[in-house]
Amino acid sequence: MEIWRLPISASQRGKLISAGYTSLSSLSSISSSDLARELKVSDSEALDILKVASRSRGLEISNANCSMVEGAQNAWDMLRDEESLVHITTSSADLDNILGGGIHCKEVTEIGGVPGIGKTQLGIQIAINAQIPGDFGGLGGKAIYIDTEGSFMVERAFQIAEACIEDMSEYNRFLRKDFHACEIRMQPNDILENIFYFRICSYTEQIALINYLDKFISEHKDVKLVVVDSVTFHFRQDFDDMALRTRVLSGMALKLMKLAKKFSLAVVLLNQVTTKHTEGSFQLSLALGDSWSHACTNRIVLYWNGNERYAYIDKSPSLRSASAAYSVTARGIRNSSSSCKRIKMM
Amino acid sequence: MANKLISEIPLPKSIANVFAARNISTAKEALSLTEFELMELLDVGLAEVRSALSQISEIVAPPYQTALSLMEQRFRNEHLGGHFPTGLKGLDAALCGGIPFGVLTELVGPAGIGKTQFCLKLALLASLPSNFGGLDGRVIYVDVEFKFSSRRLLEIGLRSFPEIFQMKEMAKEMAGRILVLRPTSLSEFTEHLQQIKISLLKNQVKMLVIDSMTALVSGEHEQGSRRQPTLSWHISFIKSLAELSRIPVVVTNQVRSQNRNEVSQYSFQVQSRDATVETPARYDSYLVAALGIHWAHAVTTRLVLEAKSGQRFIKVAKSPISPPLAFPFHITSSGILLLSDEGMELMGPEINSIHYQGHNEIINFGMEN
Repeated sequence: MEIWRLPISASQRGKLISAGYTSLSSLSSISSSDLARELKVSDSEALDILKVASRSRGLEISNANCSMVEGAQNAWDMLRDEESLVHITTSSADLDNILGGGIHCKEVTEIGGVPGIGKTQLGIQIAINAQIPGDFGGLGGKAIYIDTEGSFMVERAFQIAEACIEDMSEYNRFLRKDFHACEIRMQPNDILENIFYFRICSYTEQIALINYLDKFISEHKDVKLVVVDSVTFHFRQDFDDMALRTRVLSGMALKLMKLAKKFSLAVVLLNQVTTKHTEGSFQLSLALGDSWSHACTNRIVLYWNGNERYAYIDKSPSLRSASAAYSVTARGIRNSSSSCKRIKMM
Repeated sequence: MANKLISEIPLPKSIANVFAARNISTAKEALSLTEFELMELLDVGLAEVRSALSQISEIVAPPYQTALSLMEQRFRNEHLGGHFPTGLKGLDAALCGGIPFGVLTELVGPAGIGKTQFCLKLALLASLPSNFGGLDGRVIYVDVEFKFSSRRLLEIGLRSFPEIFQMKEMAKEMAGRILVLRPTSLSEFTEHLQQIKISLLKNQVKMLVIDSMTALVSGEHEQGSRRQPTLSWHISFIKSLAELSRIPVVVTNQVRSQNRNEVSQYSFQVQSRDATVETPARYDSYLVAALGIHWAHAVTTRLVLEAKSGQRFIKVAKSPISPPLAFPFHITSSGILLLSDEGMELMGPEINSIHYQGHNEIINFGMEN
């Protein structure tokens, strides 16, 4: 491995090269005080450089020995992890079916659609469903709702929370004979108390918040879901430099993926729609461009099909492309009421 | 918060000096660069960059609130939990109290349907004292198309609230609370907006009406997609204005006819034609809201006004809280009145379509109650 690949600052690298150290092996036998003298830097700085070098060399050697690379996991162990994956239900059984149980934890899911199709409704429903206690098949966790457009309506969240609790009591009465034993003590206010609401007013705040989430979630370990509604809004304007926008967006996507994996959260990003000129005609597509479309793990498109709302799995590493109907009711997201065959495999 | 100066953030001296030396003075500039770019630019190690970024982010990130405290705060501080009743019972019930504070509400419809009439009534209502259902404050009315008529405003006032408007001083006071701005160009509108932002809180402004948003852009004629960038700054600004001051903002939009080959499908829909249900053919005039899809995303509530079979309807086409209902209405000398408080629920994307068939006479003077 060469010196220029080390994560050290440019001037340190320059000094190393001008002093004649171009490969890692050349640093293996020198002491920190000698290095400090040769590079004309402080002792502690030289020590840091040697530490970084030995760490990178450690990786290289173990590669050469064909043993486990630090941080890798073999596929069999990952299978065990994948099977124990939990999901957050969307409250529509058809939708959950095509999603393989619901919104996956440890993954970033992007949901996009035209205005009025129900993105915010789905976001609020999922934020409430993340709190369903383990007894009812849920995660029993808290949710973070990042609102960039002001579309979060508390009254609606209250309505959906009420309906969710009613459904749980219904389930209780139906399936458990001794219904006195497990009575629902949750109230809609308790559910609202477990939603952490952030209001973002610019893309700077959006980046700052996503950077800060690492610390926030370490302090609030029971957060199981992050919803960003919508990830697009602040990036659709004030960006003269498109290349910068792409870099910033991909940085954001990476950080969210790291968060999802580190804390086993589900991350849901709501996206808007734009028109794209392809193959001689205008088509609808999700906003933020082509490079963003690679950033998320899963991608769901909500659209109108005749008189019904449908969700289509546009991209997923483990689910097949399928679409299912759903509806937005006073109680939240539910199955579509039409009785014809709804799930269509593509 | 985005323009917070680096110098105001408690960072270790060494890194703060480096930021200053490299001309990165605001948090926005620092956060717009990736970690490696910053390392390159500032000539410091990764760990230092990371810790500086995390400190800056922590300060710039907005504070959180639980949804519960948000709700309690709104119900405690705001009129009806953050809703402005329009006086149209069915509509207010559907919207959970009325037009929501802090977000954009759009009125879209063909010419002559009643958008300006609705705006006049709302402006009037907002100026009234709270015991009459008003917001007891000033209203800023941006009248782009020169449609604002004081005489009509006072007539509506006299017919709907005779007890106030029959007294000349009261009528003067109420009308005096409505400030009318008439920008003649988009840049003038931009300046007005910036002034409005400054004076909003100081002058007790309780509502903003923009009639109409479309007319602002159609003056600045540029073909095709160029239109979008011109308005996006304004959309963002108006939204943040509404948000910060927690007032209702009502904006009107016009309609345009849709081309036959205009877009309505995603690429996967085009590929699998058999799975798509064909939308029934439309024979009447095919109208859509002007200003495009970016604008449609930005508004929180969209009320469509249309005329179908000689009857006018006001439809709740997009709302986070209301089902898709349509209410028949007519316009009398006292403004807009609903003919029925029971809305009809419409299925599917029909709620978004705009019809314009068979209506004449804007004001039916014969039908008074």
